[in-house]
Amino acid sequence: MHVQARQWISEWLEGLGRLTLLTRESIASLLTFKVAWRDLLYQTYFVGVKSQSVVLITGAFTGMVLAAQTYLQFHKVKMDTATLAVVSVSMCSELGPVLTGLMVAGRVGAAFAAELGTMRVTEQIDALRTLATHPVDYLVVPRLIALHVAMPLLTAESIAIGIVAGYVVGAYFYGIDRVYLWHNMLWYTQPPEVVVGMIKALIFGGIVAMIGCYKGMCCGEGAEGVGRATTEAVVYSSITILITNFFLTLALGKLFHTL
Amino acid sequence: MIQVRDLRKSYDSNAVLDGVNFHIEKGESVVVIGRSGGGKSVLLKHLIGLLKPDSGQVLIENEDIVPMNERELLRVRRKFGMLFQGAALFDSLTVEENVAFAFRRERSMPREEIRRKVCEVLEMVDLPGTEDKKPAELSGGMRKRVGLARAIIYQPAIVLYDEPTTGLDPIVADSIDKLILRVRDRLDVTTVVVTHDMRSARRLGQRILMLHNGKIYAAGTPDEFFQSEDPVIRRFVEGVSDPKELYF
Repeated sequence: MHVQARQWISEWLEGLGRLTLLTRESIASLLTFKVAWRDLLYQTYFVGVKSQSVVLITGAFTGMVLAAQTYLQFHKVKMDTATLAVVSVSMCSELGPVLTGLMVAGRVGAAFAAELGTMRVTEQIDALRTLATHPVDYLVVPRLIALHVAMPLLTAESIAIGIVAGYVVGAYFYGIDRVYLWHNMLWYTQPPEVVVGMIKALIFGGIVAMIGCYKGMCCGEGAEGVGRATTEAVVYSSITILITNFFLTLALGKLFHTL
Repeated sequence: MIQVRDLRKSYDSNAVLDGVNFHIEKGESVVVIGRSGGGKSVLLKHLIGLLKPDSGQVLIENEDIVPMNERELLRVRRKFGMLFQGAALFDSLTVEENVAFAFRRERSMPREEIRRKVCEVLEMVDLPGTEDKKPAELSGGMRKRVGLARAIIYQPAIVLYDEPTTGLDPIVADSIDKLILRVRDRLDVTTVVVTHDMRSARRLGQRILMLHNGKIYAAGTPDEFFQSEDPVIRRFVEGVSDPKELYF
């Protein structure tokens, strides 16, 4: 048991080290501006446009549920008109980026790991290297940039649709006064809330890209290896997003509170 | 051209390469034979820096590539072309995009010039008119030909072949052998072929190296190999299993 725990910790640290090296290599490559624009455009389309439906549905229903739950509690203390403000602040700083991050991890992180993993087991990554092309330049960097571009946009979309859906539930389903509902939402949603959400989205995008690419490029042999890499990419990305979110909330909250 | 000195590589406790030494002259055609799982492909990948050894040296034109990092290796790899066992074509790209991959990445040549070179090299591998096909639309033999076209388009000094005829029927295998000879003679390249197909080895190699138990067990001309009385070589040449060993 003791030996197994030690082995698990050593493997975990080794993986973390490799991921850090891959991230360093990616940042170094990013700074050389050797990006293939065609690949970047395709990845941005794949990550951004193709993730629309899943992000919109998640955002809309989260906003609706949040509005319903908030109304049911606030109605008891006659604070109905603050319902949308709660929805808006929660969506902007927490639920928007986190849920978008989790959805993108499931859709895009898994796809990255599966695609790169298949390339690895069929020796396509080795073929790239023999063609004097660094795999990080060709495979990781376009995906990393694409996620950094798409994640804030997807998050903004998710937040907007969540607020609109919450407004519809509050105003039309529970009959809350529309003017106060909207006015309170605008009053309590300050720019720092939105900025925090966008910073988180940017960081979560990087997490999904790096873990997805890392798991794919280091996957084991055969179909089993690709399957495991895909599952691990989703699980590790999701857990990392949730843990990072806590520390980001503390750090960014302190930063913007001080400012 | 290529020198390998005391190369060692282990996976867990299994020593796949256990002190391999040999050298290959410029323009020479060398075939590495050995049992499946005996480390032939691992050895080939060390020559181009795709794998790092535990110890030893790999010198390409007197330059040791072992201590080099991935970016430094990119420069050395321009001297190489490599045909992989499964061809390793990029499935999302067409034949033309696969073959012209290195040129398109470098953006150092006009599109028309690249297209002309692609047509020329596809002619050389007997696959004219396949530029717009996807790898999934090609047969095993055709994929190997495209893989070879991709490997030789920028006229490397050394071409490595990893089991070029494995998985192909004897007629296609024969055509691939002829193609390898044609490329060798037309481009005057140094050729290293890894195979366990003795017919191919006899046709392609000016010299044969036999990898056995992680070491170069024997080296010589194809005729010397086929006439050898050594029991290990004889068993391999004739394809006879050792009754004391389990093979499954």
